[in-house]
Amino acid sequence: MPSPDPYAVVEEAAKQTYIRALKLVPPDVKAALRRAADTETSETGRDTLGIILQNIDIAEDNDMLVCQDTGTVVFWVQTGHDCALNLADVEAAVGRGTERATIEHPLRPNAVHPVTRANTMTNTGRHLPAMHYEFPDEAERARLGLAADGLRLTCLPKGSGSENMSFLKMFVPADGVAAVKRFVLECIVDAGPKPCPPTIVGVGLGGTADLCAALAKRALLRPLGTRNDDPVIAALEVELEAAANELGIGPMGLGGRNTILGLAIEHAHTHITQNPVAVNLQCWAARRSSATMGADGAVEYGF
Amino acid sequence: MTRSNSDERHIAFPITDLDALRELRAGQKLRLDGTVIGIRDATQIAIFDRGEKPRMDLRGAALIHTAPNVRKLGPGRYEKVCIGTTTSARMDRFTRGLMEEYGVRAIIGKGGLLAGSLPVLRELGGVYLAITGGAAALETTQIEAIEEVEFEELMPECLWKFRVKDFGPLIVAMDAHGRSLYEEVTAGARETLAGIVERF
Ligand code: SF4
Repeated sequence: MPSPDPYAVVEEAAKQTYIRALKLVPPDVKAALRRAADTETSETGRDTLGIILQNIDIAEDNDMLVCQDTGTVVFWVQTGHDCALNLADVEAAVGRGTERATIEHPLRPNAVHPVTRANTMTNTGRHLPAMHYEFPDEAERARLGLAADGLRLTCLPKGSGSENMSFLKMFVPADGVAAVKRFVLECIVDAGPKPCPPTIVGVGLGGTADLCAALAKRALLRPLGTRNDDPVIAALEVELEAAANELGIGPMGLGGRNTILGLAIEHAHTHITQNPVAVNLQCWAARRSSATMGADGAVEYGF
Repeated sequence: MTRSNSDERHIAFPITDLDALRELRAGQKLRLDGTVIGIRDATQIAIFDRGEKPRMDLRGAALIHTAPNVRKLGPGRYEKVCIGTTTSARMDRFTRGLMEEYGVRAIIGKGGLLAGSLPVLRELGGVYLAITGGAAALETTQIEAIEEVEFEELMPECLWKFRVKDFGPLIVAMDAHGRSLYEEVTAGARETLAGIVERF
């Protein structure tokens, strides 16, 4: 990037994507909520979805946060093959952007030490923001609108109500696919009203324990309605999505037919003796925002 | 208690008759006026586990599980930025203490208290009121002012006194008669799940 300080551009983009994620609900999620409101049969469920849609409008019209939980900050950095930026400096810039958003907006500080519970007051800290790096191929870059020399930041500030509803299970081959399906649905029932349903269900399948958990979170980045490119996995997504909406948990867990807005599975090959499954739930307030930068320093904001 | 339209009752908090909420039934819709007290994990750990008594009078109060986004205006003075509601189940173990020792009668939250709180609600005439979780922008517009703050060292998990108007709608999700809408919905979901699993 030839602009004077590309890392200042990254810092500002990190700040803006964090704030934008908290204020704007992505269009695919809004459309799914509207569909849910149209199809909901429970009266309380319909009322609840009406309030949710009203709330999204109030936040947009008045430049307010959709939900008070400013989350644990998670970022994905996706770079093109020819991106010249140093990722260590990018990571530092993302941290500075997160701190500035927290202090300058101001946003509620959530990051605490796991033992002393002392709050850093900046939403940053040891290993926070959580950072993920990806190097998409040409086809994926075309889909994302990411130039070969560009960088894309996506912020997913994760609310605790839904993040606390995270599950991992190491199945073995003898358990079969049926166990995987049962586990995913059990997680949705166990989470019940707590993650603010209707939720989006991210499932990680395969890999190792750490990879599997990361894949479940990664699945939440996919716009609703997109399917895994592996038809076997895509069929599993369709089956589980329909089954979850038979459960009757409904909006805010007070009953109804709209329990989830969608379900996405990201998978990896795994060991011959293993079949790990992770579930990461996302609340209806599915905060997700991205910034795509070219080498000229121009930034385009999206979801 | 007054009725504004056919299905939404208005109640002003704090209530003076500590038995007044016994007549509420699961499924009813409410709106609140008066004051609502914000409280959270750290506040209740301070009150009950460390014995730090609050100065605010909680008799007949409606509490709400929250840690707001605020802007500091001066010593002890804050302005709302965004106020919403958090998951209640984490704070379930404080229900008895709040109602028995401090006279709290309504807890507003999302996701419900656990079934173990039902006997406390029944015994003391308390209710759990469900708000639409995540709908903080709307909630913030219904809070008129932050009147008082205590336990400031626990920021943002302080004890907050909010003045509210037409706060809601809230749904009586757990009443003083042993009903919990969450228990009913979850029981149904487990039964349905058992049927679905048969198909796999
Ligand atoms: S679960 Fe999500 S929508 Fe609900 S309060 Fe928490 S962050 Fe907000």
